[in-house]
Amino acid sequence: MTGCTDPTILNLWFAIGAEQETTPCIVSDTVLLEEDLSFTLDRVGQPLVWRRDARWPAGSVIDTSDVSVTLPVKQAYGYIWTCLGQPSADIFPIEEYDEPDRRNLNAASIGVNVSGPRAIENFLDMGHFPYVHTDILGVQPHTEVKEYDVEISESRDEIVATRCRFFQPMASTASTGGADVEYVYRVPHPYCSVLYKSSGQNPQRMDVIALFLQPVNQERVRAHMLLSMLDEANDERVMRRFQQTIFGQDKPILENQYPKKLPLDPRAETPIRADKSAVAYRRWLSSKGVTYGVIPAAN
Amino acid sequence: MGNTMLEAAQHQWHPIASSEELEYRHTFHGQLLGREFAVWRADDGNVNVWENRCLHRGVRLSIGINDGTELTCQYHGWRYANRTAGCTYIPAHPADSPARTICNRTYPAVERYGLVWSGEAPQGDPPGVALLDGTDVLSLRPIPVNADLETVHRQLTAYVFQPNEGLDGAKAAVSVETSGDLSIGLSSVSGDCKTQAVFFLQPVDSDRTVIRGVLAGMPAHKAQLDVLHHHNERLSALRERCEAEASQLPQPEKLQPVIQPVSEELAGMPEQSTSGRNADLRVKIARKWSTAEGIAGFELVSIDGQLPTFQPGAHIDVHLPNGLVRQYSVTNGPGETQSYKIGVKREPDSAGGSQCLHDDVREGDVLAISEPRNNFPLRRDAVKTLLIAGGIGVTPILSMAQALYHTGLDFELHYFAQDDSHLAFPDILETLGDSLHTHLGLDPEETEQCLEGLLADYQPAMHLYVCGPGPMLETTRHTADRLGWPDQAVHFEYFKNTHEIDDSTSFEIALSRSVMTLQVPAGTTIMDVLRDNGVSVPSSCEQGACGTCVATVLEGEPDHQDVYLSETEKKRGDRIMTCVSRSKSARLVLDI
Ligand code: FES
Ligand SMILES: [Fe+2]
Repeated sequence: MTGCTDPTILNLWFAIGAEQETTPCIVSDTVLLEEDLSFTLDRVGQPLVWRRDARWPAGSVIDTSDVSVTLPVKQAYGYIWTCLGQPSADIFPIEEYDEPDRRNLNAASIGVNVSGPRAIENFLDMGHFPYVHTDILGVQPHTEVKEYDVEISESRDEIVATRCRFFQPMASTASTGGADVEYVYRVPHPYCSVLYKSSGQNPQRMDVIALFLQPVNQERVRAHMLLSMLDEANDERVMRRFQQTIFGQDKPILENQYPKKLPLDPRAETPIRADKSAVAYRRWLSSKGVTYGVIPAAN
Repeated sequence: MGNTMLEAAQHQWHPIASSEELEYRHTFHGQLLGREFAVWRADDGNVNVWENRCLHRGVRLSIGINDGTELTCQYHGWRYANRTAGCTYIPAHPADSPARTICNRTYPAVERYGLVWSGEAPQGDPPGVALLDGTDVLSLRPIPVNADLETVHRQLTAYVFQPNEGLDGAKAAVSVETSGDLSIGLSSVSGDCKTQAVFFLQPVDSDRTVIRGVLAGMPAHKAQLDVLHHHNERLSALRERCEAEASQLPQPEKLQPVIQPVSEELAGMPEQSTSGRNADLRVKIARKWSTAEGIAGFELVSIDGQLPTFQPGAHIDVHLPNGLVRQYSVTNGPGETQSYKIGVKREPDSAGGSQCLHDDVREGDVLAISEPRNNFPLRRDAVKTLLIAGGIGVTPILSMAQALYHTGLDFELHYFAQDDSHLAFPDILETLGDSLHTHLGLDPEETEQCLEGLLADYQPAMHLYVCGPGPMLETTRHTADRLGWPDQAVHFEYFKNTHEIDDSTSFEIALSRSVMTLQVPAGTTIMDVLRDNGVSVPSSCEQGACGTCVATVLEGEPDHQDVYLSETEKKRGDRIMTCVSRSKSARLVLDI
């Protein structure tokens, strides 16, 4: 019995846990779309996911060959993914992930009391940098969100925002002053987004930060984060802590949004030009007929 | 709570906070009938009760920042004004003035008996309680109870407490003096001592109620804590009884407040659209005074409701008894929303606008004015802002200076005037501290030299705002240009267009959106032709100074005759002031 009846959402792949944090043959529990699940890795590191079963409680040692009924499963970007419906397509590509000189790491998995779509909008949003990530991603009075471009790529069925620039204090470790930093955003999945940010190390290439949301229910997510960085200097702990700080600043704001589900009715809230990507995202969700985690527009 | 009671409750007044809970520059989270409120007191004492949602993305405003004049949302820094709840600034777009209609929902607020009263659509006045009238009162700590209104009401009728003077005395006799749906008055007698108290019930939701007790008469200062403690203990016990009882009842359904949608117009974020020269508001002159040599100050208050939100730089049209319409800048600081203050200079050789205001209009008179319009918006993302004012040109600059001062942004105000006695609004100037610099009695040459010094050190992300007499404005603009200020960093407002308007040309205009082609003959303005053909055009000064009647040019070469657009903007040729400007090409295509 699932609480989610939205076929679009049911047929999607969702990340439910980091491979690195999963001990082989030890049961982990989680919840996806109000459904209680368990998962682990087998002896050779293959993941398996099943609907929770009292025989195999969380933390117990399991012989994975005993689990006969399992859910579809994939490994991608360091996470274990599953699907409760008919998995329709492959997980969206992040080509940069395979570049040999990148450092890929799972930055965090954090619970937030908000719908997935609200969290995606926050991820796409630059306007809050000076207010929520003060002195890190932005600083007053540099609050302007300059014109940028958004399109829904027909070929890939994803939203792409390009030419995004925002003033960042201490834009790179090399300089002391602030400067505009460039971003590209992709939304390839209603509950996932990928951000590219000009790299301090190598101006030609971009760091990649991806957000994979696991909807626990309509108003709660676990946010899994992937970093794929060109950074050679910092150690992983530092990079992780940095992303966790950023996310920790967003969390209280997200949890104070009302309603927690994202309203798709254009008259529910007041968009401005800076929200172009969010407007496109809301329309895209509407056009897909998504109902889970949103308040659909009345027709 | 039954449906009819709930219906009734929506039209009643309820306490939603105690006056003490509205601490200095704090924002309080109020709740009533399933609805949340952001409740905050401005420095002028006004209590604001607003829907607890930012209009932008729904973030609770109760976590917003109260700076004493405006409430700022934590997420993207939108600012909302005291009283009107109108949005005054959207930091993501510093160069734009927010649409006037971005306005949060407000609820009435009245303070009485140490409590703040509000409601969804309350009728009449908040209830008077004879027991509490004409005496000092002490409000008890609010007690939230997880139980419905009726249960709490029933338990309260049996509440027993000791009178203030007899806390340790013999067990008091308590009797019910008054009992309504939402309040109970009790009196407690023990020996010679007697205390009366009223307990108001605040229905937070169908299953939650807050008890707000108020004692008639203030106990001696030393005894206050003991009295509060006494009630705290007894009411806590009462809470437990209520909750035990309520847990036996079926769980009532939570109340679902209706959140009003934003207006159609905002959802798509179009341009502002007001048509014609509106005189929508009627105001009374509450005060008229001489604020400087030859300058009269006027304070205008609404005679029928709240004045709309203004932004720094905004002006209003004032419709004068003699039929003239004149524009005056609002000088108010942020959050000063109870009146508009304007300054009027006596212009002896004018058509009679200023004379009429100086000589004929008196305190108590009623005038028609337009809503404030802002064609001179203030960016607040400058690393430093230079404000330059000449004479009466100080009026919009004063509003800007107060906004910058209040938010702690770096700025200087340079005020050029004949002498001390010509400095207008000294009461406001006084509040600006070291940011104010006056330059008195300079002749044109000295003024130019002085400006040269002030503008010498341009840095990126600095902005300059100038308002004053035409010649001074021109000098400032040229000097800035010469010293490397980019056009888009120089903002100016003329009071009037002193250029001779040449309306001898005739040409054709094509309206791309309304698919119309019209002739503009000599002697007639584009605006007139548009209006004659049923196209509404907003306007204000109608002489090319204020920028209200702007239209977008798609094709053709405008013949600019206004003083609103900058040189670069004029060269770009993509905008035109329809009240005075014309066409150099035979045909002009407008995006109308
Ligand atoms: S949600 Fe309040 S400013 Fe954006
Ligand atoms: Fe953020």
